[in-house]
Amino acid sequence: MSTVVESHDHGHHGPAKGLSRWLFTTNHKDIGTLYLWFSFIMLFIGGAMAMVIRAELFQPGLQIVQPEFFNQMTTNHGLIMVFGVIMPAFVGLANWMLPMQIGAPDMALPRLNNLSFWLLPMAFGILISTLFMPEGGPNFGWTFYAPLSTTYAPSTVNFFIFSVHIMGVSSILGSINIITTIFNMRAPGMTLMKMPLFVWSWLITAYLLIAVMPVLAGVVTMMLMDINFGTSFFNAAGGGDPVLFQHVFWFFGHPEVYIMILPAFGIVSHIIETFSRKPIFGYSSMVYAMASIAILSFVVWAHHMFTVGMPLAGELFFMYSTMLIAIPTGVKVFNWVATMFRGSITFETPMLFSIAFVALFTIGGFSGLMLAIVPADFQYHDTYFVVAHFHYVLVPGALFGIIAAAYYWLPKWTGNMYDETLGKLHFWLTFISVNVTFFPMHFVGLAGMPRRYPDYALQFADFNALISVGAFMFGITQLLFLFIVIKTIRSGKQAKPEVWEGAGDLGLEWTLSSPPPYHSFTVQPQVK
Amino acid sequence: MAYIRKVFTGFILVLPLIFSSLIFSETSDYNMPIGVTEVSESIFGLHMLIFWICVVIGVIVFSIMFWSLWKYRKSKGAVAADFDDNFWLEIGWTVAATLVLVWMAVPSTQVMVEAYDDAEGEINILITGHQWKWHYEYLEDEVGFFSNLSTSQEQIDGEVPKGEFYLREVDEPLVIPTNTRVRFLITGNDVIHSWWVPDFAVKQDAIPGFINTAWTNVPEPGIFRGACTELCGIKHAFMPVVVRAVEREEFDAFIAEKVALAEEERMLTSKVWTKDELMARGESFYATNCAACHQANGQGIPPVFPSLVGSQITMFDSNKHIEILMEGVQGSAMAAFGESYSEVDIASVITYTRQAWSNGEKGDGVIVTPQDIVAYKNRIDL
Ligand code: HEM
Ligand SMILES: [Cu+2]
Repeated sequence: MSTVVESHDHGHHGPAKGLSRWLFTTNHKDIGTLYLWFSFIMLFIGGAMAMVIRAELFQPGLQIVQPEFFNQMTTNHGLIMVFGVIMPAFVGLANWMLPMQIGAPDMALPRLNNLSFWLLPMAFGILISTLFMPEGGPNFGWTFYAPLSTTYAPSTVNFFIFSVHIMGVSSILGSINIITTIFNMRAPGMTLMKMPLFVWSWLITAYLLIAVMPVLAGVVTMMLMDINFGTSFFNAAGGGDPVLFQHVFWFFGHPEVYIMILPAFGIVSHIIETFSRKPIFGYSSMVYAMASIAILSFVVWAHHMFTVGMPLAGELFFMYSTMLIAIPTGVKVFNWVATMFRGSITFETPMLFSIAFVALFTIGGFSGLMLAIVPADFQYHDTYFVVAHFHYVLVPGALFGIIAAAYYWLPKWTGNMYDETLGKLHFWLTFISVNVTFFPMHFVGLAGMPRRYPDYALQFADFNALISVGAFMFGITQLLFLFIVIKTIRSGKQAKPEVWEGAGDLGLEWTLSSPPPYHSFTVQPQVK
Repeated sequence: MAYIRKVFTGFILVLPLIFSSLIFSETSDYNMPIGVTEVSESIFGLHMLIFWICVVIGVIVFSIMFWSLWKYRKSKGAVAADFDDNFWLEIGWTVAATLVLVWMAVPSTQVMVEAYDDAEGEINILITGHQWKWHYEYLEDEVGFFSNLSTSQEQIDGEVPKGEFYLREVDEPLVIPTNTRVRFLITGNDVIHSWWVPDFAVKQDAIPGFINTAWTNVPEPGIFRGACTELCGIKHAFMPVVVRAVEREEFDAFIAEKVALAEEERMLTSKVWTKDELMARGESFYATNCAACHQANGQGIPPVFPSLVGSQITMFDSNKHIEILMEGVQGSAMAAFGESYSEVDIASVITYTRQAWSNGEKGDGVIVTPQDIVAYKNRIDL
């Protein structure tokens, strides 16, 4: 017996060759890479849709696409960016970094990991294929309010529902894996309150996902029943309640927006401490802030529904609870600033993106606070002011967090330094274009332009042209990012294990070689 | 160097102020409109208050941040301190943030209570959102009408120059009296719409199966333009709201005229109609109400909007044809027009579509009269 075991040498597994490496891989780095490339490709697909939208809105009148197609573009742009870009990118980063940050060889459940990834291309394959069907794809907005998405939807809505179900399964499986890994595979000595903030942010995010993805699955299942099996959950004519849809959707939806930002909080905390050469200020208050944001996010959902006709007490409750979220959010911003205060600061590309994150995310927080004020929200709701708000928290917020993470860890992953000059160029072009695109949206919104309009009145024309120019610039700039990433993978100055000056003390990932070994930590490190 | 630094910090501090005061000044076209009602003015005041609080907090936080980035840059030889926590500071800013929020919450609550008022109005108007037009009904006088976009398709397609009120004009605006409490009862007929007039600060969702309320009291006559703000399908951007506020006497005259018209309409139902009369009326009805989906040439946009040319129903099955117009088609954009339009309108548009585009020559060419529609209704009621 023993001879059989010996002939099978476990110590020197490398990646398999060719396509099967990617199809059958159970390695956390390979899966992380798959997630990140998937998200990157989706960024360009969703981005192309945004370009169609902005091209049409460049001038008043209908020039390029008809409203039918325009609505499909806004809907799919939103769905792809939320479920296909931001979320998979964070899962990819989690796959790469969690084992390396907690001193583990791999994720706890590697086969599940493979499954969670491969579900995604299927889900999005189905979703995108609907655009080529005769009735066209989903056209009811990424929030798919019933009955527009049920009684009045194209029949391809069934594919949409199926695809959302698959995405949900993928997220839940991924979250189970992350929670299991964090609880069971930390290096000896790494107590919960010694975990890196990125690990904390993902632990909290994973719980949010497990709590709300089933709610999303529930609401699309109710739609499925209404459409195909004669129920009337959301059909007023059958005694159902269209507002119920919105309550259930936003009970998922609001925690979802925090799912899209918490991991970025973790990333940015690491980057700011690295380049300020000073440990993060208020570690424990950072953890408590994230936890309270997560808990509060379950009791604010109806701030998306201030105009559906709630009782006064309801409107006030959701206004107060929403305003409360600003406290932990503010605390995080104060802590980042305090970390920079009296540091020794350098401005490498990841730091630039993180500084921009802090500044611009805060602007998004301010507009969020304004939106929380119910009577004022009557004027803001469903205008471009809301579009400005959520793009500020999602683009220079979540997306900048992801880009910063890519620059920060790319040398670790590939062993090659990226080109700093190009990185900085990428930053400045992105920073300028993001503001040219999204800042004027505040004004067109206040001036009265509703969202999801393929055509608009003449007084909005100047700002819309400006916004479109910014958007094209932003879109083109991201091709530069693609170029930089590919260039770094193929060549570049050899990166040291600690990569960034003094980073060696900041986390376990910097004690591994660059690039790290295939099975990150085969011997558990000791954390003091 | 010290001088440059001062200028730089000063610049960073002042820039957002200059910028925002330009754009957010009360007269700016790019700020929230102050509007014309007491509520809209309070809301505007609240908006500016919250905005300025945010600006001040932003200026403080960002100046500390940019100053730190500048002062503690490594290239200047800064050496990092190594503190990483301060209990009282954490408590301090948490409490400060809470106090600021309370400061915001108090006036917000007051304005909310002011805006939220469910009492009956002197005039009560039922507003129904349809795909893609608004229906207004004066509940006291039992008269109502549809309000359709009046911007031409040629303007939208860029074939002719766009007018001043491009996409913000309708064939028949809602008319309300000034200095009167007007209550709106808002509902939806098909999907959810949302009725918004920025100058009144009224935005309420129009939801099937629900009746939401909102109210206003407009001091001065004027024309106020708004929009549908809940995605409601293809023509979401093409169903504007226009409200005309007029003095009370003018309003009463308007209502009297509407009542007389409605009476006339009822007379028309009993009249004997000729084919030509029905055709003429049907053609214009078709252009305003049907062509958006089925197209002016009747070809529709299959498969979403079926063609009416040469179809079994429009050529050979007038009973089915009546039924579809009266009841709509479940699960499609085809509404139940019979609920909202007169027998004359329904009869004439059916007659028109059975004759137009050579349907008349190839099909049975049956002429449907208002009396047929009355008969249908009586049958259904049984
Ligand atoms: C201080 C924190 C925040 C507050 C007080 C806040 C408040 C609000 C409110 C009241 C709305 C509804 C506006 C309306 O529809 O009228 C809203 C919309 C939205 N927020 Fe936030 N928000 C905050 C942070 C965030 C963050 C961190 C994200 C995501 C990363 C986010 C993403 C969104 C999105 C996506 C929407 C629009 C959803 C839609 O209707 O399509 N928000 N926010
Ligand atoms: Cu929310």
